This record gives sequence, C-alpha cells and structure tokens, in this order.
Amino acid sequence: MPRVIVDVMPKPEILDPQGKAVHGALPRLGFSGVTDVRQGKRFELEVDAADEATLAEVAKIAETLLSNPVIEDFTVRVDG
Amino acid sequence: MAPKVGVVTFPGSLDDVDARRAVRIAGAEPVALWHGDHDLQGVDAIVLPGGFSYGDYLRCGAIARFAPIMTEVVAAANGGLPVLGICNGFQILCESHLLPGALIRNDHRTFVCRDQELVVENASTAWTSAYSVGQSVTVPLKNGEGGFVADAETLDRLEGEGQVVVRYAGGVNPNGSLRDIAGITNERGNVVGLMPHPEHAVEELTGPGTEGLGFFTSVLTSLVAR
Repeated sequence: MPRVIVDVMPKPEILDPQGKAVHGALPRLGFSGVTDVRQGKRFELEVDAADEATLAEVAKIAETLLSNPVIEDFTVRVDG
Repeated sequence: MAPKVGVVTFPGSLDDVDARRAVRIAGAEPVALWHGDHDLQGVDAIVLPGGFSYGDYLRCGAIARFAPIMTEVVAAANGGLPVLGICNGFQILCESHLLPGALIRNDHRTFVCRDQELVVENASTAWTSAYSVGQSVTVPLKNGEGGFVADAETLDRLEGEGQVVVRYAGGVNPNGSLRDIAGITNERGNVVGLMPHPEHAVEELTGPGTEGLGFFTSVLTSLVAR
C-alpha cells in the first residue's frame, strides 16, 4: 500500500514556542552548535494508489484539515 | 418572550454551563445545542464556549470546525445571526474563517490563568454595545494557546476598520498576542471572538466582578432592537 507523507511546518514568520523550548534545552544537555529549532507535524496517509489524482486530493486534505494556511505551510510527497 | 441564546456543547467543552448561566443572568433564555445535531432550535444568537473541543487534537478548534452543527452556525453567522466565541470558541471561529487570524501557543509556553484587564475598543458590535469605547473591563483569562497572530496586512485592516473589539490592558500582554489584541469582530459586527472569559465574571460571588455580563446584555439589546 503506497504511503503519502504530509509535512506541516509553522510559517517562518510565525513564532514557534515549542521549537524554542526544544532549542533552549539543547545547551543544558551539552549539545552545542544548533542555532535554531522549528517543530512541525508529519502525517502518514495510506492510499490505494499514489497517482496524480490522489496526490491532488491529499493536497486538498492538507490545505483543508491538516494545516491552517494562516500559520502553517505544508508539503506533500510519496514515501519511498 | 425572552430571546433565546444557544450554547453549543462539543466533546471537551468546559464552559458551556457557565455560558448558559451567564445568558440566564443577563435575562435571555439559554438553549443547549449539541455539536452532533444539524438543528439550531430557532435560537436568536449563539455562543461557542471555552474548553478543549475534541481534545485540542491537531490544532485548537480544527476538528470542531467540521462538527455537524457548524454547517448551520457558519450559515447563520454569514446571515447576520450574532455569534460569540469565547476562548476555544474564538479558536473555532478562526478555524472556520468566520474571523481572520489564528491562535497559537502562548509565547511564554505556560498556561496562564489570571483576572485580566481589558480595554473595550469597539462598543458597536452585537456583543459589546453595553460598554463604552475606552472602558476598562476585568474578566478571567485562562489559556495555553491564546496568542493571536495574523499577517501585518490583516492586523492593519483590523485596526483600521475598527474590528479590534478588546485589547489586553493594565500593562500585561498575557500570551504574546500581536498588538495586544484580545478579541476581534467581523466586518458586519455580528461575529465576535475573544480569548478572555466574560461568562466567568457575571456574579460577585463567583468571579472577579460582574464586568463580563455586558457581553450578554449587549446581545439582548441588539436582538430586541431588531
């Protein structure tokens, strides 16, 4: 069964408090050299066929429900 | 006969009972509406209450937006019916595109619960006519994801068109909301959303005062005037 991946990320200009919290924890754990962290969401959708029509439909799903276009961007790709 | 104000209960709503109580204290008849119905039961106005509808899964309000009753709520709002969204209700209104912008996690990353001073900036909406412009109002605020954001163009438009209804005041911006915006309205003034909770400030015994009651008496006035 093919799998389609939707990645949803906060827009660059939108504050990402969760990413900031993770970033803030790194030096305390002894990890250095990471200058920024952004936290997003990954959705894995099992589909019957990863054809053009399905990908267009997944993009519609991503735009309608999985992301909020006011604050988030998304990408759609076929796994593997 | 007293106007009927419906309060929608979603799975995870917390403040629906308090909202119905505020409606009753203001002198209207509260009507409990259920998220799974397609029936507004002939109400004259609607409140979307606070809480954590659908567990705040995905994004706050993202799933509630597609609840069966929201089809009717959106249509009624577009037709001019007064709709008030409080806290989670505000998030649902933004997700439904009835109001612009979005609510994100508080900038300080912790849940905030406090009596919050607000200043009224628009006293001509269906829900704020009992107040005057510049009036200070203190009501409880409790949220984890209450930071109001929108792009600069939208913020300029909201301010330019007088669609900012209430702003955080008293020198405290409790959640990182851009331009201290606590609540906004649509162009028509019938749909209002705000993060603070006026329904928790309607009786001296159970809140910081009664300064929240005006939201509910306002809608009564606007309904009687119609």
